[in-house]
Amino acid sequence: MKDNISLINILEQDDDQLLATSRKNLLALNLQEMKVIQDYFSELGRNPTDVELETLAQTWSEHCKHKTLRGVIEYSWRSADGRWQTETIDNLLKQTIMKSTAKLNLPWCLSVFKDNAGVIDFEKDMALAFKVETHNHPSALEPYGGAGTGIGGVIRDILGVGLGAKPVMNTDVFCFGPPETPFSAIGDTVLHPKRIAKGVVAGVRDYGNRMGIPTCNGAVIFDESFIYNPLVFCGTVGIMPKKYIEKEVRPGDLVLAVGGRTGRDGIHGATFSSIELDEDTEISAVQIGNPIIEKKVTDTLLMARDRGLYRAVTDCGAGGFSSAVGELGEKCGARVYLDKAPLKYQGLLPWEIWISESQERMVLAIQPDNLENILKIFNDENVEATVIGEFTDTKKLELMYQGEKVASLDMDFLHDGVPRYTRKASWKPAKYEEPDDRWQMTDGRKISLGKILNKILAHPSVASKEWIIRQYDHEVQGGSIIKPLTGVTNDGPSDAAVSRPDLGSWAGFAVANGINPRYGLIDPYWMTASAVDEALRNITVVGGDISKTALLDNFCWGNPDKEEQLGGIVRAAKACSDAALGYGTPFISGKDSLNNEYSLAGKSLSIMGTMLISAISVVRDVRKCITMDLKRSGNAIYLLGETKAELGGSFYYALTGHIGNSVPKVDFTRARALMLSLGKAIGKGLVASAHDLSEGGLAVSASEMSFAGGLGMEIQMTDIRCQMTENEKSDSNILFSESNSRFLVEVEPKNIKAFERALKGQPFARIGKVRKDKVLQIKGLDGKIVLKENIAGLKESWQKTLRW
Amino acid sequence: MPKPKVIIIRTAGTNCDMETEQAFLLAGAKPSRVHINKLVSGQESLKAYDILAIPGGFSYGDDIASGKVLANELRYELCDQIREFAGAGKPVIGICNGFQVLVKAGLLPGFDIIDQGLQATLSFNDSAKFEDRWIYLKPVKSKCLWTKGVNKVITLPVAHGEGKFIPKDRKVLDRLKKNGQIVLQYTDEKGRPAKYPANPNGSVENIAGICNPAGNVFGLMPHPERHLSSYNHPRHTRLKLPETGDGLPLFKNAVEHVKSRSKHV
Repeated sequence: MKDNISLINILEQDDDQLLATSRKNLLALNLQEMKVIQDYFSELGRNPTDVELETLAQTWSEHCKHKTLRGVIEYSWRSADGRWQTETIDNLLKQTIMKSTAKLNLPWCLSVFKDNAGVIDFEKDMALAFKVETHNHPSALEPYGGAGTGIGGVIRDILGVGLGAKPVMNTDVFCFGPPETPFSAIGDTVLHPKRIAKGVVAGVRDYGNRMGIPTCNGAVIFDESFIYNPLVFCGTVGIMPKKYIEKEVRPGDLVLAVGGRTGRDGIHGATFSSIELDEDTEISAVQIGNPIIEKKVTDTLLMARDRGLYRAVTDCGAGGFSSAVGELGEKCGARVYLDKAPLKYQGLLPWEIWISESQERMVLAIQPDNLENILKIFNDENVEATVIGEFTDTKKLELMYQGEKVASLDMDFLHDGVPRYTRKASWKPAKYEEPDDRWQMTDGRKISLGKILNKILAHPSVASKEWIIRQYDHEVQGGSIIKPLTGVTNDGPSDAAVSRPDLGSWAGFAVANGINPRYGLIDPYWMTASAVDEALRNITVVGGDISKTALLDNFCWGNPDKEEQLGGIVRAAKACSDAALGYGTPFISGKDSLNNEYSLAGKSLSIMGTMLISAISVVRDVRKCITMDLKRSGNAIYLLGETKAELGGSFYYALTGHIGNSVPKVDFTRARALMLSLGKAIGKGLVASAHDLSEGGLAVSASEMSFAGGLGMEIQMTDIRCQMTENEKSDSNILFSESNSRFLVEVEPKNIKAFERALKGQPFARIGKVRKDKVLQIKGLDGKIVLKENIAGLKESWQKTLRW
Repeated sequence: MPKPKVIIIRTAGTNCDMETEQAFLLAGAKPSRVHINKLVSGQESLKAYDILAIPGGFSYGDDIASGKVLANELRYELCDQIREFAGAGKPVIGICNGFQVLVKAGLLPGFDIIDQGLQATLSFNDSAKFEDRWIYLKPVKSKCLWTKGVNKVITLPVAHGEGKFIPKDRKVLDRLKKNGQIVLQYTDEKGRPAKYPANPNGSVENIAGICNPAGNVFGLMPHPERHLSSYNHPRHTRLKLPETGDGLPLFKNAVEHVKSRSKHV
């Protein structure tokens, strides 16, 4: 055996030694898994090579296999009446999210949960693909490279769905520590949140802009919980002809590696993202991106697709060639000659070539007859493409290096050999202190509602993200219809992005997201339900159609070995399922990123469990879309939905450091009916502007509509539909409640009748009007003016925080 | 006559070629997107085309300097063809990265069709970052065939990190003015000179686009191909707008120019 291959002697090892082997080689395999591997090889009567062990570790990593969400979970929870109940869940994903999609059984869901992205019907013979990924660990260590390769990776998911889709929009959502965190508070082993934020934004900017994909949608949350583990979600929408949704691989097809060369960057990315970070985590796990190579691959790959020159494609993501070839060859078998892979530089060991996560690489299965033609397409545009092996009918993965066999694994064992284990999960309702007199903000003095409003607007999570948004090209490709910034001076906060991917058609799509991790501190179920509601509200108010809207989930949690962490995940998954069924909006793909923990001085710091919901809606005619900025003085203002005393997890409570307990809930059926009615009214042209109520509630929403439109607004609180007890009823509760399923809507006087008819049966009330002067004025429950603010001042509060 | 043929040159990192193609389609031309390698290898020739466009993007990653590598390919690999094309008065447009390419290739200002040394450059924005925003442009009285008949303030998006136009020296600036080579200037909504962010990059004298002395070669940082329809306008939900966007007339002008020239021949 060559000296660059070593046998790992596991046959003789005891439990401790097996674990030590796993740890030493950064395999992230647990004892049970190591023992299964030991058994497999003792049956073969030999030790595994390093290549084999690494292959198993990558393929079996949490990152690739989602062992937690697909395993068995013994879940116990305490209900509101204090009783403990238990339930055994065999494959959480299948039992919740995937099941709800199957139940809904919608004909326009074309490919769900099986490929690199979810695919839905668009118009005529075209389909839309959508995927959102996380790149958290890499972005913590090297923000610029981590975020850049995050966006690069999700773009390749779109290139690798079916036979490939053309990327047409990016969306990016980030969670960072507070930008003003003092250096003394974070220790010296992590980067400062502001540095991470700037690096991440720059990484997404440089990769997305160079790829020529508009970045039109996003969100940024700032919270102490993310100081040690920032979250970076990158999403891409693609468009493809429906006939290219399926792929197949046949024995005898060649394995063609296309695009970037293989280097030592990104070694162990899949396994490293499955363990918690600490001071010693190696930065070499982060890949180095080159968007121009990916752009060239995109251009040529789609040409080859349209000429029918390959049968299957997938991207090299986590696990590199190992995962890509392993997946494509799962049903038949594959043989790869590792020495044929083009390298960035010499000196890589065979196992490094095999699992490196170097970027911009795609793997294709091609018929030998097509080789010459496809190579010409790539060569003509200076894209490297190399045959590195073939698909076989051996049902084995065989790896060769310089004429010697360095790995031989049964595909069955590789893909299905990972032991399923049972994990425990538990959840009980949290109990937080309720703020008593919320007017007493500081040193016992009452603070006016106006001041509170300004403070909430200035909170970095609420504040304008213009500094970030302007650095992204959101106009490239020429299809932008509803932009991320909108209004009379193009700087108000849009609810969702709308674009048309085919410049010869008026059909388009809307993309939105929902995220509010603070609700999860109280209950991950309602956090998730609220996120779905928020995403769908955003889709609705621009003119999207929730009856043709698909969802993606992104779970980001701490270590799932901890019962309460996994309990939160179970709650969230159940909410996904209930919400999907309730709204009739199927999940089509998703992703989980677990182990978002940082080990510091023997203590594990976990993020708060965070669920990002991304939504995509087909918009039949983008010309009917509307924006959230006030249009004309004299127009009527309506508040749709019920306002409840739901301030748990709100920004209002956060001002005094409180969380509270009254988390916003959702009645899915009623929410759906309201959204459909509002959607119809918008489609009929009855709505001048509409904005959803989210962080900061009514007060923030009214402010944003006002300063975006450059017009004032007046509201009478007495006219608002409230579901509050007399005790709960207060000006501040009404203004800052974050109850879900609510919308602020502007209607021209001539449309009032038709609008009210369209909303018949729904909870709504006319609560005010648009004013000519530039003042937001709110009359309280006693009929007196309780808030009167100049909109320029409100806007300044909102803009100044992140004017970096 | 048959539809004028447009060659849209693309290469690694070009990313506005599709919408530029759409612009010429709507303008009544027959556009083809052609990889630079095909021109360099001789499979394609500029002779077969009536209009040349270099679209936006990040050609070769803007390594060395924005547009520099593609500029050198034009200048050194296609020198004779380019000189002949531009010298014959055929319309040439460079948008954003394409403008950077034309300037760095010496086709703009193009005092000598292809200038020997660099007469101007497009440098880093004063804000020191890439920025995307809609801006207003005032057409300046010029010889540019692309902006013929455009005499009101128009609005287009910019999206670049290196768009600050700087002439080599005072003499070059004076020459540009004297020759009527300044085509578009950044202004406020009413057409008055304005500072950042109305001038998004700090360009000298708010210059957003220039042409060569003959008026057929035109380069600009803003993106006319991103405002073909009024539904691209950032305030289309607030304003009553004509159906077509402000960008389309530029492409139509070039197409009409070719058509009318062929009539005279």
